[in-house]
Amino acid sequence: MLEVQDLGIRFGGLHAVKDVTASIPAGQITAIIGPNGAGKSTFFNLISGFYQPTSGRIQFAGEDITRLKTHEVVSRGIARTFQTTTIYRELSVLENAMIGHRVRTRAGLLDALLRTGRERQDVQGSRDGAMAALTRVGLAAQAHLPAGALTQEGQKRVGIAMALSSDPKLLLLDEPAAGMNPEETVNLMALIRELVAGGLTVALVEHKMSLVMGLADQILVLHHGQKIAQGTPAQVSRDPAVIEAYLGSHAHGGQMGQTTPAETTLQKGGAHA
Amino acid sequence: MKRVSWGWAALLVVAALLPLLRPSGYLLDIGVNIMIFAMVAYGMNVLLGYTGQLPLAHAGFFAIGAYTVGILTLKAGWSFWLAWPAAVLLCAALGLLLGLVAFRTRGDVFAIFTLGVGVIIMLVINKWDSLTGGNEGLNGVNPPAGLEAFAQALGLKLSAGFYYLALVSLVLTVVAVARARGSTFGLSLIAIRGGEDLARSAGINVYAHKLRAMMFSTAIAGFAGGVYAVYIGFLGSAAASPAQTFTILLYLLVGGLGTLAGPLLGTALMYGLTQALQGLEDYRFLIFGPLLVVLVMFAPQGLVGLWLRERARRAVRAQGRAQAQEVNRA
Repeated sequence: MLEVQDLGIRFGGLHAVKDVTASIPAGQITAIIGPNGAGKSTFFNLISGFYQPTSGRIQFAGEDITRLKTHEVVSRGIARTFQTTTIYRELSVLENAMIGHRVRTRAGLLDALLRTGRERQDVQGSRDGAMAALTRVGLAAQAHLPAGALTQEGQKRVGIAMALSSDPKLLLLDEPAAGMNPEETVNLMALIRELVAGGLTVALVEHKMSLVMGLADQILVLHHGQKIAQGTPAQVSRDPAVIEAYLGSHAHGGQMGQTTPAETTLQKGGAHA
Repeated sequence: MKRVSWGWAALLVVAALLPLLRPSGYLLDIGVNIMIFAMVAYGMNVLLGYTGQLPLAHAGFFAIGAYTVGILTLKAGWSFWLAWPAAVLLCAALGLLLGLVAFRTRGDVFAIFTLGVGVIIMLVINKWDSLTGGNEGLNGVNPPAGLEAFAQALGLKLSAGFYYLALVSLVLTVVAVARARGSTFGLSLIAIRGGEDLARSAGINVYAHKLRAMMFSTAIAGFAGGVYAVYIGFLGSAAASPAQTFTILLYLLVGGLGTLAGPLLGTALMYGLTQALQGLEDYRFLIFGPLLVVLVMFAPQGLVGLWLRERARRAVRAQGRAQAQEVNRA
């Protein structure tokens, strides 16, 4: 579905992402992991058009999207959420989702001023599209509450609904479980599984290994901006390069995902990749 | 929502009946001025209140609208009714040009850039003698054709005709702004105000939306300027001065950014206060200054913002009471 080839970006002298060639297969969950500063979020920012790569190509559904602007990338069907609960807290849950649907509407300022048929159609379409997205994440009943009044988990769901209402084919989740307790994390995993069962492709950056190991079909490991492994969870957790990157060369034996069950977080804290 | 619409309708009826009570020319003049400057405040509100961008060239666009009407009617012999829409279109086009450059910047830099453009507009008007009359200004802009006849038909003077011209213009402005705000376009502006990066990643074409907001905003300023030109009849470059922009910004802050009633309320209050304290001359700033400080400390959202917050708080309290009663009953 998504293929990147020799993808790289340089900030000054620093290669935040370097020569990454990888693919995100359709209909699966791909997790992108790596130590802090490995370039995971930068990788997402490149795919979503937030950053322009300094080298390489990005192909989505057979189309070259390397040079597209963010809103154009969204219109092709790639939506994303952010690390923190980045939503519009002062707006209603419904309005948040409607904002995500904007990319599917065409009505502009003149349509608004003249109340054209297109405007009325788009307003209705936004509402319907937003409600459908809210239903998918289980927030339909809270549509008219201010988004800031929801729990941390609820706000995460609002962020996901905002992304979903743009009708994406590929959903990028940047640390969806950050700040969630174990129970909320389990709920989130169920939601992500449901979305994938509904035909969506998901790629996520996550530090909680319980979530990654329990959810991912594919894992892509970045270290110092470079890909060091890609494969199934079982393959990746046995990969010597991965073990070394995570545990340092002095560690022996300990396999990822088997050390501690629910709460293993290999990296904590700010996590700016 | 319904109750608010009734409030607007009642206000409109009162405003429309006012000239029939034959108020003094002074009162009518204050009314016309409030309506004209409130329109400019609405224009600024589109950018500052809804889109979160502080534009400081609006007196410039107001003056461009006024001078376009003045020049086209005086020098080219156009009818006001043609010159006015032309002025609006010109201001929208110039707003687009400004936006194409200015929106490459963000935040404070944007504000300072537009402030510079405002100063340049004033200087151009002041120095372009052959077109604008330079320091002498433009004298004797005529009232719109038919306005006096319209006033006489109602048994009123020309000043009342201007009052109705300003009132209709203001109503059009408020309706246009309300429609824009309530649309998918308007929600996208609010999204940009709330967080540009988030809006972008949600799929909103931020640049295109900002450009349209800018055009709409400067078009409204030019629309108000057209009314001003025929009402005052004399145009000087002072109309474009940044001080004028900041005065209107003050109206907007007092009334409430990003609210529909704020620009009108703020302009009415502050313009009225300015007139009432006319006798104090520049000493009135001794009153304005502390007043503004108090406002920013206790009502940073402006008066309408304060009212909305109070209403929301009461709604929450009422909800709490209702729930408590439920519990008691159970």
